[in-house]
Amino acid sequence: MSGKPMTECSNQQLIDFVYAEARMLDEQRFEDWLDLFTEDGHYWMPLSHGQDDPRLQASLMYEDKLLLRVRIERLAGQRTFSQQPRSRSHHLLARPDIETGHPWHAPQQGQYAVRAAFHYVETRQDEQTLHAGWATYQLLACDNTLRIKQKRIDLVNCDSALRSIQLFM
Amino acid sequence: MSYRDNPQALQALIRPTEVHRDIFVDEEVFQLEMEHLFANTWVYVGHASQVPQPGDYYTTTVGDQPVVMVRHNDGSIKVLHNRCPHKGVMVVNDVHGNAGRFFRCPYHAWSFKTDGSLLALPLKRGYDPQVLAQSEAAGGMAQVENTREYRGFVFCRLNPQGQSFEDFFGESLSTIDNMVDRSPRGQLEVAGGVLRYVHDCNWKMLVDNQSDTCHPMVAHESSAGTAVRVWQEAPEGTPKPMAVQLFAPFISPYEFYENMGIRVWENGHGHTGVSDSIHASYDDVPGYLDSMVQAYGEERAHKILGDVRHNTTYFPNIMVKGPIQTLRVFKPLAADKTLVESWTFRLVGAPDLLLERTLMYNRLINAPTSIVGHDDLEVYERAQRGLLSRGLEWVNVARLYDPAEIGRKNEVTNGTNEWQMRNQYRAWARYMTASMAGAETRQRETA
Repeated sequence: MSGKPMTECSNQQLIDFVYAEARMLDEQRFEDWLDLFTEDGHYWMPLSHGQDDPRLQASLMYEDKLLLRVRIERLAGQRTFSQQPRSRSHHLLARPDIETGHPWHAPQQGQYAVRAAFHYVETRQDEQTLHAGWATYQLLACDNTLRIKQKRIDLVNCDSALRSIQLFM
Repeated sequence: MSYRDNPQALQALIRPTEVHRDIFVDEEVFQLEMEHLFANTWVYVGHASQVPQPGDYYTTTVGDQPVVMVRHNDGSIKVLHNRCPHKGVMVVNDVHGNAGRFFRCPYHAWSFKTDGSLLALPLKRGYDPQVLAQSEAAGGMAQVENTREYRGFVFCRLNPQGQSFEDFFGESLSTIDNMVDRSPRGQLEVAGGVLRYVHDCNWKMLVDNQSDTCHPMVAHESSAGTAVRVWQEAPEGTPKPMAVQLFAPFISPYEFYENMGIRVWENGHGHTGVSDSIHASYDDVPGYLDSMVQAYGEERAHKILGDVRHNTTYFPNIMVKGPIQTLRVFKPLAADKTLVESWTFRLVGAPDLLLERTLMYNRLINAPTSIVGHDDLEVYERAQRGLLSRGLEWVNVARLYDPAEIGRKNEVTNGTNEWQMRNQYRAWARYMTASMAGAETRQRETA
């Protein structure tokens, strides 16, 4: 990603970003949400605890921007039967922590790592499912905005037999 | 009406071109499937690579029966009922582990060799030796005698009497052969991790779906169709990403599926994708063909890789995809609840990129987070609810029916023929009732 790193982000700016991102998802502003990702960004939901390889280990999701776009455009499709009626989501975040020990975290390069524990509810028709986990954001400050290089979702029960998860945590 | 001890009533649920809704929604029929169908058939247990060393075990279920698959100290694989003969406790709880030389029950420390036989129990002097010897418990953990490993794949038949492994599978083992032969060393390993997810529908809906070639262009228009459309917006000359290669064939037209063919074996087994399939045109993986040619010679290597079978159904409840190295198990939990386990394999000696593709396929198509899976699940669950309707009694499987097909096997037919579904249901009626008292020997249909 080209562009000039902005002056260092304050912790509050990083925290505000994380809250705003969750709100975007709950308000189903998916196109805006997709714009938050860098062109080489990923959304990753590992299948096992402490997983460090998305390539040769199975994941629940490991999606680049193309796959995220497919997912988002599908949600709006006329023949997307599993979204008739639509699902809704609700994020409840614990106060995000700045992960200064994370290998990605290097403020002088515009790189920040932030982590937030969450409870996430996805609901459709009469069914409501609660998921709990941790979201880890690898952020990149560029042209005075923050972008997501990777959002990683670690579910506390990542290896359980799950039912469908159709939206984004 | 009760179906128990009533084989005629069960057989009447399967007509030549339609099947009764009770096989999907009736709790008693489900219970009888667990007691009979899943005992009379050879059911997949696990893969030998999950238990490479003596003492290694893997716990799973066969139908509704908890079992443990374990590598015995003579190198053979045993399948034991996971139940302490003393008080009934499930002896092994972890999915995977190593028992060492014996299993030990966590309740009263009775211990068992890895073939299930009773090794020791504390304070044994409290038992009259004759009384103990005559009790069921003296036999230890019950072993499933009829266990077979075929090129790494372990199957068992719970019922002590019944059809042999060879007669049950017939020519259908060729799909397992092809998947294993795709490794330059002729060896597979379970790899990557298993995706597990639950559907509120009957297990047979998933089995049916494996040879249902008239649904992808409808149910998966939203996912595969969107993938193709999004991809078309990419600048010209951009290499087609792996994900798009995996998605795109799903929305091939009816003609493609008609022409690829279905091969119908006996006993409920069959496969889609005979001359062509959705797995036929993935990018070559650098170095792979060379290693195959080196291992098998030019002609045989091309023959192995040219066999691009789509979905092979092994009745009753697994599906194997040789060209992409996945295996799905449809585990029945209740008449209206099914656990799907989607397993992936590494072709030993082949480049990592093949495993990467296998894992990508699995998470894009067969995961609780899969957009293809979401629409499949939607239709299964709507079917489960729709079948509660008493407005109509039957589910239709009449497409391309030919009365002369009954009793025939190992034939290739039109790729949209529901013959394979009918084959499954005829097998269902037979294996459901084969061990029931008073059942006529009804080999009339499917010999």
